[in-house]
Amino acid sequence: MTEIDVEKIVKGEFSWKTLPPAAMVKVPTSLEYKTGVWRIEKPIIDQSKCTKCLLCWIYCPDMAVKRIDSGSVEIDYEFCKGCGICAEVCPPKAIKMVEE
Amino acid sequence: MSELKQVRKIALTGDEAVAYAAKQADVDVIAAYPITPQTIIVERLSKYVADGELNAAFIQAESEHSAISICLGAALAGARTFTSTASQGLALMHEVLHIASSMRAPIVMAIANRALNSPLNIHCDHSDIMNARDTGWVHLFANNVQQAYDLTIMAFKIAEDPELLLPVSVNLDGFILTHSVEPLEVLSDEDVQSYIPHIPYPYRIDFDRPLAYGVMALPDTYMEFRRQLYEVIIKAPKVFRKASESFSKISGRLYNLIAPYFLEDAEIIVLALGSTVETLRYVARKFRGRNVKIGVVGLTMYRPFPEKEIADTLANAKCVAVMDRAYSYGGVGGPLYTDILSTLYKNGIRTMIADFIYGLGGRDFKLTDAEELFSKLVKSVEVGRFDQDIYWWGVRE
Repeated sequence: MTEIDVEKIVKGEFSWKTLPPAAMVKVPTSLEYKTGVWRIEKPIIDQSKCTKCLLCWIYCPDMAVKRIDSGSVEIDYEFCKGCGICAEVCPPKAIKMVEE
Repeated sequence: MSELKQVRKIALTGDEAVAYAAKQADVDVIAAYPITPQTIIVERLSKYVADGELNAAFIQAESEHSAISICLGAALAGARTFTSTASQGLALMHEVLHIASSMRAPIVMAIANRALNSPLNIHCDHSDIMNARDTGWVHLFANNVQQAYDLTIMAFKIAEDPELLLPVSVNLDGFILTHSVEPLEVLSDEDVQSYIPHIPYPYRIDFDRPLAYGVMALPDTYMEFRRQLYEVIIKAPKVFRKASESFSKISGRLYNLIAPYFLEDAEIIVLALGSTVETLRYVARKFRGRNVKIGVVGLTMYRPFPEKEIADTLANAKCVAVMDRAYSYGGVGGPLYTDILSTLYKNGIRTMIADFIYGLGGRDFKLTDAEELFSKLVKSVEVGRFDQDIYWWGVRE
């Protein structure tokens, strides 16, 4: 009842009877939406400049900055939308935005 | 042989009766904001919860908009949910009323019908509910305290019926019913709970089975979702009848979509909502004693509108009078009047009809007013027409 066939909806092959009631639908969770494909510029971290302050990790709105064992961070490019906030807040300018 | 049941008769105000019904319904969540003349309902409920007589979450919201929003979330989480409001409070809830029905949240709300500002007025009037008429809720009207109690219990049965899953409002006239003490028969807790057992809400929020709620639908699908609401609410009369029948088994009281009185051979038919129906009935009985063929129809269900029942009732009427305790300013007439007019036209019934706007802001509609009105109807039938289509009854010209 709550399943939707997106392809059929796009093609207009549905009626009010086949749509889930009250638009309560099973949708992929955000983990299944690979928003990385939205990106125009990608952040590149220069690990030699990184002071491990973790400001980028705090500020990333998509939790696409991951902490790694060394105490530093890396970018999860499957989810990074390339907003550039990490580069903006980085005190030693260790993150650069480069075109994809 | 039918079993004789012991009847418990007590005296309560309309507000207390509704609170008692909600307590017996064993509600899980009550979210409310106080407003006269409803306040006693939630006051009593908060006392039931505080005294440990009702195991429910009582949430005092910071506004009616928040109260109904909390109810929406609670109902979607699968809780039996109750709230109550009136007048400005209902107006403040307005946008969420549409959302609650469209998201199929089976909330039950008592509305202590009261006038809207301005000027500020706290007394009985139907302008509040008429404002919420087209929100996709099922609207029920009580004529007396007993009905306010009964309909509140039935409202849970109707709202939670898996075929329906829609919010239901129970309307009771501010002060006239909310603050009047009347004797009523109450059911046992066991009877109420066996009548409305807690059944799981099929689309409840469940972390193991996540769904998206209240999503966006663009022009390519929005109309189909609205059509779903159109299709589901028209099932309400059937669900009401089913709920009513099983209710009559535990209470001995059977409710219909409309309550006809002296209709068999009635030439003059007066239609109304709420407590006025009782005033009209009393006077109709008097006029029947004078051989005036007059009948009264009260609408227990106002939305969805019982079109077929009304059409059948009015098919042979010589004269129809509609009582409106609200007005559609700049419109064709009062809200009930325009519904009746459409019903007559759609069903090919031509008869003399007029709208009587009365009782705004709690102006009393006394027995003497009803007598005067009936005399006016009798005279109008004699001359074969009304001299106006809309009367402001009792207004000082």
